Amino acid sequence: MGLLDKRFETGNVFITSLDNLLNWARLSSLWQMQFGLACCAIEMMAASASNFDIMRFGIIPRATPRQVDVLFVAGTVTLKMASRIKRLYDQMAEPRYVLSMGSCANCGGPYWEHGYHVLKGVDRVIPVDVYVPGCPPRPEALLEGIIKLQEKVRKESLVKKSA
Amino acid sequence: MTAEEIYNSLKAKFGDAVLEAKLDALQPWILVASGRTKEIAFFLRDDPVMQFDFLMCLSGVDYNDGRLGAVYHLSSMVHRHKIVLKAQCTKENPHVHSISAVWGTANWHEREAYDLVGIVFDEHPDLRRILLPYDWEGYPLRKDYKVPEFYNGMKVPY
Repeated sequence: MGLLDKRFETGNVFITSLDNLLNWARLSSLWQMQFGLACCAIEMMAASASNFDIMRFGIIPRATPRQVDVLFVAGTVTLKMASRIKRLYDQMAEPRYVLSMGSCANCGGPYWEHGYHVLKGVDRVIPVDVYVPGCPPRPEALLEGIIKLQEKVRKESLVKKSA
Repeated sequence: MTAEEIYNSLKAKFGDAVLEAKLDALQPWILVASGRTKEIAFFLRDDPVMQFDFLMCLSGVDYNDGRLGAVYHLSSMVHRHKIVLKAQCTKENPHVHSISAVWGTANWHEREAYDLVGIVFDEHPDLRRILLPYDWEGYPLRKDYKVPEFYNGMKVPY
C-alpha cells in the first residue's frame, strides 16, 4: 500500500509528504452518494451487503450530495433524470468523483439506437472518472472500479496546482 | 356470457355506437364509437349480467394508416368472462372519451396512452404526461416519430 504498512522504527514519529497523508485519508473514506437508477443498483446493493462489504473500502452510502465524495451512477440515465444528476453533481463539494456503472450509464447500453428517452452516456452531462463495464457489472467489477478510483486519488495532489 | 351475447346486448342497447366486431378471435373484440366509450363502459360495469369489474389493460395503438386506437381488456371477477373493447380515432382528431370515471385504473393508463401515443381522452380529470418530462415534444410511440437531435441542450442520438 505504500504508506502505513512500513514499521514505525523510530519511536512513534512518521515522516511523509502532506500529499501522501491527505490522499491516503481521502481514498480511505470515499463517501458515496446513493444513486441507483436501474438494475445496476441491485448489484450495487449486493456490493454493499455482507458478501462483498463495500464498507471495508471506507465507502459509506449517504443520501445527500453535500456529504459525499463520489457519485455512483448505477443504471440507465434517462433524459428526464439527466438534469437532476447534473444538479446533484453541482451540489457536491470538491474534490468530487464520478463512477459510471454499467453499459447504460457508460454509453446508453441496449438503448443506444431506439432509446429516444435515454442519455447515451452520463459523460454527456457530467465528467466521469471511472467507467465500469458490464450489464450489469458484478459486485467484483464495481469493487475493481473503486480500486481504480482509489489509485487515481492516490496520484493526485491537493497542495500542488494542477497543470 | 359468450362474446356473441355481449355483442348482441351492446348492439341492442347502443345501436350505431357499436361499429364492428370480431368474435371468433382468440380474444374477441368489439369496436365502439370513440365518443361513447364512457356510457358503454358504465353499462358493461353496472349491468348485472355483465359486471365487468376489472379493467385488466388499457393500450394505445398507432395502426400506421392514420388511425390511432385505444384497446381495453375487460374482465369480470363475478361471471368469469372477458371481452376486448376498442375505440379508434384519427391522428388529425385524436379524441376518445375517457373512462377513468368508470374504472379508476384507467386514470394513469390513459395518461400513459396520451403521453406516448398522443390520444386525447376527453373529460379526463388530469390529462398530463406521466412518464416523459412535461416539456417533451411529440409522441414517441407513434410510427412517424422522429427522435429529436437535442433535448434541453443534451444530444439525444448516439
